[in-house]
Amino acid sequence: MMNSSGPAVAISGLRVVRGKRRVIPGLDLEVPSGQVVGLLGPSGSGKSTLIRCIVGVQIIESGTVTVLGHPAGSPVLRDEVGYVTQSPSVYADLSVRDNVAYFGRAVGLRGTELRDAVDRTLAEVDLTSHADQLVQDLSGGQESRVSLAAALVGRPTLLVLDEPTVGLDPVLRRDLWNLFRHLAERGHSLLVSSHVMDEATRCDRLVLLREGEVLADVTPDELLTRTGAPDADAAFLALIDAETRERSAS
Amino acid sequence: MNAGLTAATSGRVLRQVRTDHRTIGLIIIVPCVLLGLLAWIYDGTPVFDAIGPALLGVFPMIVMFIVTSVATLRERQSGTLERLLTTPMGKGDFMLGYAVAFGALAVAQALVATGFAVWICDLDVAGPLWLLIVVAVFDAVLGTALGLLASGFARTEFQAVQFMPAFVLPQFLLCGLLTPRDQLPTVLEWLSDVLPLSYAVDAMKEIARNADPVTAVLTDLGIVAGFIAVALALASLTLSRRSA
Repeated sequence: MMNSSGPAVAISGLRVVRGKRRVIPGLDLEVPSGQVVGLLGPSGSGKSTLIRCIVGVQIIESGTVTVLGHPAGSPVLRDEVGYVTQSPSVYADLSVRDNVAYFGRAVGLRGTELRDAVDRTLAEVDLTSHADQLVQDLSGGQESRVSLAAALVGRPTLLVLDEPTVGLDPVLRRDLWNLFRHLAERGHSLLVSSHVMDEATRCDRLVLLREGEVLADVTPDELLTRTGAPDADAAFLALIDAETRERSAS
Repeated sequence: MNAGLTAATSGRVLRQVRTDHRTIGLIIIVPCVLLGLLAWIYDGTPVFDAIGPALLGVFPMIVMFIVTSVATLRERQSGTLERLLTTPMGKGDFMLGYAVAFGALAVAQALVATGFAVWICDLDVAGPLWLLIVVAVFDAVLGTALGLLASGFARTEFQAVQFMPAFVLPQFLLCGLLTPRDQLPTVLEWLSDVLPLSYAVDAMKEIARNADPVTAVLTDLGIVAGFIAVALALASLTLSRRSA
């Protein structure tokens, strides 16, 4: 694991155009290391685009994205950053175990080290009993857990997850958030996007995104005290309303 | 590039194929059926001995072209390619992994098809049989390399399959199987000179009629290898880590 005392991610002046639309019009953000940071916002707010910038697969118009002290997408980051896309990206015609093992090999695990890492990861996502089934025979929720396992197997320093809990039942969601917490305690940094606001309370820090701009970058407690709202959902709406009023006033 | 990552990818591709019994059947059995039909049509004439070896070179290229272009298109669409390219897996590891996996399949295909042609259909070649296999494997890798390249221009699996007639049929018409290449109209002869399948078929024809064809075949294989390298280099340009 890479030792970096600085922030996990530092972004300044980021602008991204997709198609004809400027999805991110100029964004500055710092993601602290060793924490679970939630990236929240309505669909179309630019969460996935921001995540793609951080893992270095997005062509950007201008600005800098620094990850663990290196420019996003640098070769040195390739076994330090784990990326889980929103739709599961694994091989449907391979077994669960073969999928996880392949992504483990891709980050350099071999032999018993690989076998142990695969077994540990399958247990973490609760798929040990399905290890030898083909992914195409699994349910949607199980498939997205295989996709998560493929990123977890290499124990990356920074784990970037795009809506990892969509379609999962409450028990599994709780278990996964406990796993995220456990990883953060051991020094990993996590950036987790979600549009389920009740997951916000499970994060150390929240970044609220709207139309490609950071609406708030706070702790869950600060969010509630600042807005006086009873829960994250209401707090988010309160922030949006406040901003809309500001805009129409100016 | 890294041998371990290449091996991981070819192992993964072969595992995927293993779960798909129908594709394995098609790869192994279809060439035999076609060769059998051809032998039957030209029963009692010398035609089969003349074109049989050439077809042993054409089948692996066509089959591997289709299989690879569809498989890589799936990787592009399902997001697995984008994800892999965020890991230490390089484009070279990815492409060579495919080439090695389908090269291995081609060895199996070539062994069965050549055995069937020689022992069941009485194909008679002057040169050594093992050389037929070697050429067939080169042709298969050529098909894989062209398939990787073609998949970069397809947006859907329908398009990928349509690239087969577009990429492969012109080469098939001009490779010297229908009319010897030196008897083609001059412009078409030039055209056939710059198409890879022409050299693959030249090599097979050399084995068919020459008892000691190794030198001539090596020259042709060198040219085919050059085409493979160019196709892989161009294909790597279509695999970009970043996209809009």
